[in-house]
Amino acid sequence: MIGLIGKKIGMTTVFDHSGNTVAVTVVKSGPCVVTDIKTSGKNGYNSLQLGFEEKKKSRLIKPEKAKFEKLKINVPMHIKEFRLNQGADEFKIGQFLTLEIFEKDAFIDVQAVSKGKGFQGVMKKYGFKGGPDTHGSNFHRRLGSAGNNTFPGRIWKNKKMPGRMGNAVKTVQNLKIIEIDKQNNIILLKGSVPGPTNGIVFLKKAAKQRLK
Amino acid sequence: MNNIIKQIEASRLKGDLPGVKIGDTVDVKSKIIEGGKERLQSFKGVVIGMKNTGVNKMVKVRKISFGVGVEKTFLLHSPLVASVAVMKSEKPRRAKLYYLRKRIGKSALAV
Repeated sequence: MIGLIGKKIGMTTVFDHSGNTVAVTVVKSGPCVVTDIKTSGKNGYNSLQLGFEEKKKSRLIKPEKAKFEKLKINVPMHIKEFRLNQGADEFKIGQFLTLEIFEKDAFIDVQAVSKGKGFQGVMKKYGFKGGPDTHGSNFHRRLGSAGNNTFPGRIWKNKKMPGRMGNAVKTVQNLKIIEIDKQNNIILLKGSVPGPTNGIVFLKKAAKQRLK
Repeated sequence: MNNIIKQIEASRLKGDLPGVKIGDTVDVKSKIIEGGKERLQSFKGVVIGMKNTGVNKMVKVRKISFGVGVEKTFLLHSPLVASVAVMKSEKPRRAKLYYLRKRIGKSALAV
């Protein structure tokens, strides 16, 4: 599924054609340079490796400098591989992909690393109910029983417990494209997108196309 | 705010909005679509609250209709708001005129 790398700019409100307000996320995406093409014959699978934004010249290290000099591409800041269903004959290394691959009113999936929330309890992390705050209760925000006694005599695997929350790769499916500004490489998506402002996001065509 | 978002919002703002202030008596005409037909509905009342945040600029208008207080919130930059006219201006001493809600009779709309 072909995609693009982008940057989350922030959120705002727009009005749709019938005057309703729509909360949108603004994403700046593309142009993404094709840095590598992998084929099933050579690599066992088909994919496109894309680069986004340029790295400062003073921050380059020798191996990447040599690698991208050979390809005649400026060293990209961010690199991501997108799997393809078929061969990638129509693409060339050094070619630029832009928002032309998406259409208005279509649906896309957005993948990004969510904001880290630190060490959190089960109520915030998993939505456990906790206990009563008052009426003499000594049980407030704890998780309660963690399992049985003799059988199994241990805590089940994957038991929901307190721990680190967020800072994980999340995918939001079927976000509607409200607007595309192909000249300025800006796309407006209905709803929210994981991660902080200025965070890197990956845009892909919707894997599970929602029925209209 | 980010410059890109500023630009996106600026292109959607109405340039010809009158300077509505708190305490003004306004006439807001909004578009209503019924059965495929479009008509304008007028709502006259006192502005008792405002929010002035770019595209989300809104006014809260209160009027007394058949003895019952009615409040409506309008997003002034919305395409559904056809026009806003200031009929009367007052100089209230508060930013929000929620105290009008407690008033009955003639003083209910006197700022």
